[in-house]
Amino acid sequence: MNKNISIKSLIISKPLKLDCGQTINNFPLAYETYGVLNKKKDNAILVFHALTGDQFVSGLNPITKKVGWWSYAVGPGKAIDTNNYFVICANVIGGCLGSLGPNNINPETNKIYGITFPIITINDMVNAQHNLLEFFKIKKLFAVIGGSMGGMQVLQFVSNFPNKAKIAIPIATTSNHSAQNIAFNELGRQSIMADTNWMGGDYSNQNKNPDKGLSVARMAAHITYLSKNGLQEKFGRKLQERDSLKFSFDADFQIESYLRYQGSVFVDRFDANSYLYITRAMDYFDLIKQYNGNLSKAFADTKTKFLVISFTSDWLYPTSENKEIVIALNAIGADVGFVEIESDKGHDSFLLNTPNFLDTLKDYINTSYLKNK
Amino acid sequence: MKTEFKIIADLIEPNTRVLDVGCGDGTLMEFLKNNKEINIRGIEISKNNVQQCIGKGLTVIEGDAEKDLSQFPDESFDFVILSQTLQAFLNPEKVISELLRVGKKAIVTIPNFGYWKVRLHLLIKGTMPVTRTLPDEWYNTPNLHMCTIKDFFSFCKNRKINLYKSIALQNLKSSKISNTNLTLKNLTAVLGIFLIEK
Repeated sequence: MNKNISIKSLIISKPLKLDCGQTINNFPLAYETYGVLNKKKDNAILVFHALTGDQFVSGLNPITKKVGWWSYAVGPGKAIDTNNYFVICANVIGGCLGSLGPNNINPETNKIYGITFPIITINDMVNAQHNLLEFFKIKKLFAVIGGSMGGMQVLQFVSNFPNKAKIAIPIATTSNHSAQNIAFNELGRQSIMADTNWMGGDYSNQNKNPDKGLSVARMAAHITYLSKNGLQEKFGRKLQERDSLKFSFDADFQIESYLRYQGSVFVDRFDANSYLYITRAMDYFDLIKQYNGNLSKAFADTKTKFLVISFTSDWLYPTSENKEIVIALNAIGADVGFVEIESDKGHDSFLLNTPNFLDTLKDYINTSYLKNK
Repeated sequence: MKTEFKIIADLIEPNTRVLDVGCGDGTLMEFLKNNKEINIRGIEISKNNVQQCIGKGLTVIEGDAEKDLSQFPDESFDFVILSQTLQAFLNPEKVISELLRVGKKAIVTIPNFGYWKVRLHLLIKGTMPVTRTLPDEWYNTPNLHMCTIKDFFSFCKNRKINLYKSIALQNLKSSKISNTNLTLKNLTAVLGIFLIEK
């Protein structure tokens, strides 16, 4: 699925030393852009995607033939208005939509990497994407924005490159993964590995695919993206195309059918090993530890203006964890705004049509851009 | 309102760091930003207000001043403003001590419960006063701890808080409050504006 002519990619020749100790070079970084970079090159926004996202933020995704993952927020006239801003988004390394990942061929063995691919981190992802600035000859981005794992990349980006973005908007995120976050990711990984078609990670070389395991991983994860109230309101105990229980293990309930569908469509667009690698990167992310227990130090050198956003019903990256970022920034007098948006849509609120969120985001971006002129 | 803002603006020195506690929809912050060279932040409890502030490009965090001021280091601001919200806190005493920890100086404004119209309302009508500055009924007012200018004076004296400047506001007129005219100002002022420090 990663050999498609509609994927733009940059070959990065500069060696990148990964946190695991290995070095990669001449590797592809797939990206997509929206809008036009102006002459002053001061209107560029780098959007970071979440765990299962990709570079196709808006419009039609040429691979899935569905609308981009952040179409509610990004596009002409949207909160991140592509009539005014030049939006760049890259597929993370370790991913499966054109950037170097476990489904690529290892030039040394001429075989698909599988789990011989090096372990990558959020730091590695961000360092790889920093090459885009040089490529587009952008001295300073106007904004770095991302939700969930995208938010982790926002935090890591500002910490690594304190003078490369005027504003930073981490959304529904955390400065490190809680035990609960790691637990859910481990559940997903174990379900992939328990699929006999996983073949010890070598499925691609053996023409197999651990679809069952990957789809169960997606089903479990999907529950964590929603809220109890949201699920109850949408599905309750409604039955799926039947009037009564069938006294079987069929999908009697709509919620079962919905989750099975989510699992089945996911395996068509995502690589199981990428899922292992990216969830691992999220688990390893610990910006507090990177700065010896003091998160404030991660932002000590930055003049970047922050807006942190959380959602009331998000229990995966709850408000309290987002607030820790705000507290760390306030402790050093950084310019930080914070709002918790009322929503019953859980962690997925940032991806969905959440008007209060989208309006606040739009106004903040536009006023910040005008004031920076 | 405008007069109060102008007086607050006059109390703030340029090129300082300012925190507006309970900044509402950001009207005062915007006024100060447009009239003074200052670096101003806000903290506000209402989501709707915070969203409006952020939309205006103001640096505001959602939070409860009774809990969330603790995240700011000592003296991280030159001035901390508390405009007409002291009476709405569960523990105004603690809030004042937090203001004076976080800020080198604090500007506190209070609706004066000693204003003659308020006194007369209670005296003649025998019901809880409802006025332009105190528009709510007893059962729905957010104001838990009303006080008078005189009360605030003795509060500061007892806690050895330095009342740097005290200003009485009556409609559009402002005047200085001193120990000698305190009783009179406590009767005629609608609003008291105080610049205090530890």
